[in-house]
Parts: sequence; C-alpha cells; structure tokens
Amino acid sequence: MSEVTQLIHQYLRHNKKFPHVLCPGCGHGIAMGSIVRSVHAQGWSKDDVVVVAGIGCSGRIAVYMDFNTVHTTHGRALTFATGIKMAKPEMHVIVIMGDGDALSIGGNHLIHAARKNIGLTAIILNNNIYGMTGGQCSSTTPTGDFSMTTPYGQLEKSFDIVELARAAGANFVARGTAFHAQQLDRIMTTAFGRPGFNLVEVFTPCHTQYGRKNKFKNPVEMYKHISKTTMPLEAWSKLEPEKRAERTPVGVFVERDEPGLEERYMEMKKKLLGSAQ
Amino acid sequence: MAQAKKKRTEIFALGNEAVVEGALIAGCTFYAGYPITPSSEIMEIMAARLPRTPEGVFLQMEDEIGSLGAAIGASLAGRKVMTATSGPGFSLMQEHIGYACMVESPLVIVNVMRGGPSTGLPTSPSQGDVQQARWGTHGDHPIIVLSASDVQECLEMTVRAFNMAEKYRTPVILLLDEVTAHTREKIFLPEPGEYEILERAVPSVPPEWFKPYEDTARGVPPVAPIGAGYRTHITGLTHDPMGYPTQRPDEINTAMHRMFRKIDQFFDDIQLVDEFLTEDAEIGIVAYGSVARSARLAVTKARERGYKVGLITLKTLFPFPKPSVVALARKAKCILVPEMNMGQMSREVKRVNNGATRVRTINRVDGSIITPSEILKSITQV
Repeated sequence: MSEVTQLIHQYLRHNKKFPHVLCPGCGHGIAMGSIVRSVHAQGWSKDDVVVVAGIGCSGRIAVYMDFNTVHTTHGRALTFATGIKMAKPEMHVIVIMGDGDALSIGGNHLIHAARKNIGLTAIILNNNIYGMTGGQCSSTTPTGDFSMTTPYGQLEKSFDIVELARAAGANFVARGTAFHAQQLDRIMTTAFGRPGFNLVEVFTPCHTQYGRKNKFKNPVEMYKHISKTTMPLEAWSKLEPEKRAERTPVGVFVERDEPGLEERYMEMKKKLLGSAQ
Repeated sequence: MAQAKKKRTEIFALGNEAVVEGALIAGCTFYAGYPITPSSEIMEIMAARLPRTPEGVFLQMEDEIGSLGAAIGASLAGRKVMTATSGPGFSLMQEHIGYACMVESPLVIVNVMRGGPSTGLPTSPSQGDVQQARWGTHGDHPIIVLSASDVQECLEMTVRAFNMAEKYRTPVILLLDEVTAHTREKIFLPEPGEYEILERAVPSVPPEWFKPYEDTARGVPPVAPIGAGYRTHITGLTHDPMGYPTQRPDEINTAMHRMFRKIDQFFDDIQLVDEFLTEDAEIGIVAYGSVARSARLAVTKARERGYKVGLITLKTLFPFPKPSVVALARKAKCILVPEMNMGQMSREVKRVNNGATRVRTINRVDGSIITPSEILKSITQV
C-alpha cells in the first residue's frame, strides 16, 4: 500500500459518506492532506487531536477527518477552540477557517486569540472569496477584482493576514500555498509542534467562484498564477523595494517561543494552590 | 461520638454572589465571560475563586459571543460551564444559544435583566428579556428558563440550573433582575451533600458502537467528551444519529422531535412553582423574580383586609408551568400578572387561561420596581 493510501485509511473517517463538498480544482483538499500528513509526522494519537472549524467550504473539511471534530459557527471557531484548550490543555487543537470566516466576521476573535497567545494552530484557507455562499467579495479580495458583490471591481483594500497576525502578537506566523504542497507540509509540521498561537495562511484557489469572475480559464491557470506571483521570503527580502509589490512572499515570518495562555494559567494555578496549603 | 449538630453556615451576600456559591456547589469548573452591569460581580468573584480550585478555569473573552463560544467548547470537553451577562450581552449570545441547543451542550447562562431595549437602563431592574430567553435564537428549539426571587433562591436555582443542564443535555438560562442580583441579605449555605448534584450521562459502550445522537427512549443521548477516545463530530448543521450533516427529511424529523421530547416528557420535573395561599384564592397572582416578593407581601396585607388572594411564584418560566397556572385560573375569578415589562409572561398566562377567567396585568418599564402597595391597590380594584 502506498503511503498516501495508508494515511487515507488511517486518518479519514470510514463511516462518513463521500463524495466531499469541494469543487474540482479547489485547493482545500491539498491543505487537508497537508494537515493529515503533518499530524502523522508529529506522531500524535488521533484521540488527542481536536479539529475545530468555522463556516464555509473550509469548515466542511473537518468532518472527513477521523479526529475529535467540531464544526462551529461563522467566524467563532477560535472561541470554541480557546475553551477546549483551556479545559483540556493536553489536547492538540487545530483550527480551520476561511478568509471571510477568520478575517471578516471573526476578525475580533482572531486578533484576540493571537493576543492571548492561546496554544493552538490556526489555519486560514485564503481563497479571496466567499465560496459557499456564491462568490461574494471577502476582506482578502484584492483591490480591483470582481465578485458577485463587486461587479464593478473591489474598491477596498485587502487584509494582509501575516502582518495582522504579527501585530496582534502571534507566536508563529507563516504563509504557504496549495501549489507548494511540500513546503506547506514543512510549515504545518513546524506549526503543530510549537507552543502558543501559531497561524498558517494558505493560498488556495477557488476557480468556481473567484476564478470565473477574474478571467482565469481553468483551475490550472490559477495554480500557475500562484506559482508566478509568490516567492520564498528569503528571495523576496533581497528584491529591490519597488519590485516587491509584484510578488507575495511565502515562508515563515514570525517565530517566537512565548508560553501559551494555558501554560501561563497552569503556572498561576500552581502558585495559588501551593500557597493555600 | 455524639457530634454537636453543626450550625448551618450563614453568609451575608448579594444575589450575584449567591449565584457563584450555587455554581461552585453544583460543580462548575469553567467560566468564560465579558463584563456587563449588573452581572459583573458574578464574573469578578469567579475570577477570584475559580483559579483557586483544583480544576477551575476562568477566562475573560473579547465579547459575549466569544464567551459563550468558549463555554460551549469547554462543555464539549466535559466541563460544567457557566457564563453571565445582561441584556445587550444576552442579545449577542443568541447565536451560540442556538448552537448549544443544536449540539445539545449542557451549560448555564445567567442573564441579570436590566432595562432595554439597546443600552437601556444599565443599573435599573427590568424583566424585559423573558420572551427573548425563550425565543431569542433563530429556529425551533426547546429551552429551559429559570428565575429566582430572592438571594437564597439565587443559590438554589443556580444549582438546579446546572442539574437540569446536565440531566437534559441542554442550555439552561437563569433570568434574574437587577433587584434580586443586587440585594444583599442573609442566606444559608447548604451542607455538603444537602443538594443532589447531577452529572451528564457518558457512553457505556465502546467507541465503535457509539452513536452520539441516537434516538433513545429517554431522548437524552450520553455525551462523549472531547479527548475520551470517541472522536465524534459535532456540528450546528442538522445531523444524523452519527452526528454527521444530513438533509434527509426522515433523519431531520427524528432528530428535531427527539430534541423537543427530551424536555416535554419531563415537564413534571422541570416546571417548578411556589404556591402561597392559593387553596381558597378568589384572586390569583402570577409573578416571578423580585416582583414575586412584592406580590407576596401584597397578598399577606390583602388577606389581613379580608381579600382571598393567592400567589404562584414561577421558578420555571419555560417550559411554562401550565398545570399550576391553569388550576389557579379555574378557581380564581381574576388573575393578576405584575411584571417589569409591557406584558411578556402575561401572554403565556392568557394563552393557557384561554379566556376562562379575567387576566389583568400590572406593567412597569420605567426602571422602578413594582411595589407591594401597587399590587395591593390592584387587588382592591378587582
């Protein structure tokens, strides 16, 4: 049996009725594969992993994985995950959100989870659009691009997730893409094994909703576009400042080792309970 | 051998403090909240007390949506959880109240009602959230709403709220008003073991046999906490017995009816009222919260003057205690419903009364309490 087949048998639910909800060419499945491979690389028991997901296409992928899975409300996945981590700090908590989910309706929860530095890995599957609701613009739709609700072009600026998470105080911030699957595996494996709040942004193309509105003929073109417009952070940093705008850097942007909220809380408890005796 | 009988512990406490005592007695080990007047004392005392208990976790979240989200997360992980808020925060919580109903997550929400709508009257009493507590979140759902009229009852009803949440695997809302929450009076702390403390049922079968939302006779499926080896899927989507999303009408129908049945078939256990001089009552009063206290004094004074008045204090607001109220309506010539809103519970009284007897309302929405003399005046005017 090939390794891939083995992992499918080991980590995907056998009793869940496939086919899945994702469209042909969607990058979410690649991200899900990366999550599975990275959990496997950590050697975690499936019983100790919780996947908490929000609402949207990204939210639907939790159900296929054979972990403790919680499909929550729109934008609030991080709040549930915070409660789970504080209640059971020994669990490995992975949160899957979309761009509209994490940044628009859930923006407040995102910055506060990062500020609290709660011990979990947040994965934002960024496809620049609201996919499940039919292709409306999100807070990461690039300026000038088209969607069902920006038929004359997006006027607003888009969020830079990496800069937002860095400023909010996340321990670890990285960006990967569904095109660079092996790099994504490395980033996720690193993120899973770390303390505090870890955020991984993943560029994943949505041809069904975003692509058709923005002159991408097929999903392959969208993957090629990702390949052409991104660049490893190290190489990007060496570019002339005026050339940087054309490319989006991918890689690891922030690496801090501050203890997570749950660790600091247990420390405080230990002191309090010690002094009571 | 002959141990002197220990005197019961008395404390001088606010209603809000009594809620915390009740929660800790009931086994609450997790609190997530956001400050809001007039409920903040509950949060502040929890912040001081929970970290000093072996398992206790206290969390201040970024808003009330997040507070209830964190509380549900902890409940799914096996904790007994609580949050407290007031009107504006309660409005924000509606989204997650629906989620908790849908995934059948046991938890307790205390809403110390203040005047509304909107920011309203931050430190004045009201009972304006009664129908919101029942119907605030979207979609058809069963829910339990309790109330307390004095500080001792705040403690007792909090314990009961936890017990019902665990027993019926449902969110339970405890509605207090600002008067009850901020009244300071002497109460007795129960002796250990005085209250029966209930725990949620956990699966007795191995993971491969477990169906998290199975339709059982009792209607309340056992809960497998996150991390216990059952690896269930929890979703706010309508789900099948395995917890997976479904759009099949037969599966949806079974799930929805079970959700209602688990509360409906235990009405006797859930619907709590206090009856005061109702046996021979010609005038009946139905009240709850701090207004019930005013009503009780009014009844005593009216009796002194020869009026045959009786009082039903509703401790359970929803599911509405129909049998007790109907029994009173059958024997009384008139029912008075005093409340600090424009008539929210009187709608329920009128509904179950079904035109059998006269129903009069006494309403106040100016941030002032309904006094015994106001109720007494209405009694004499009947």
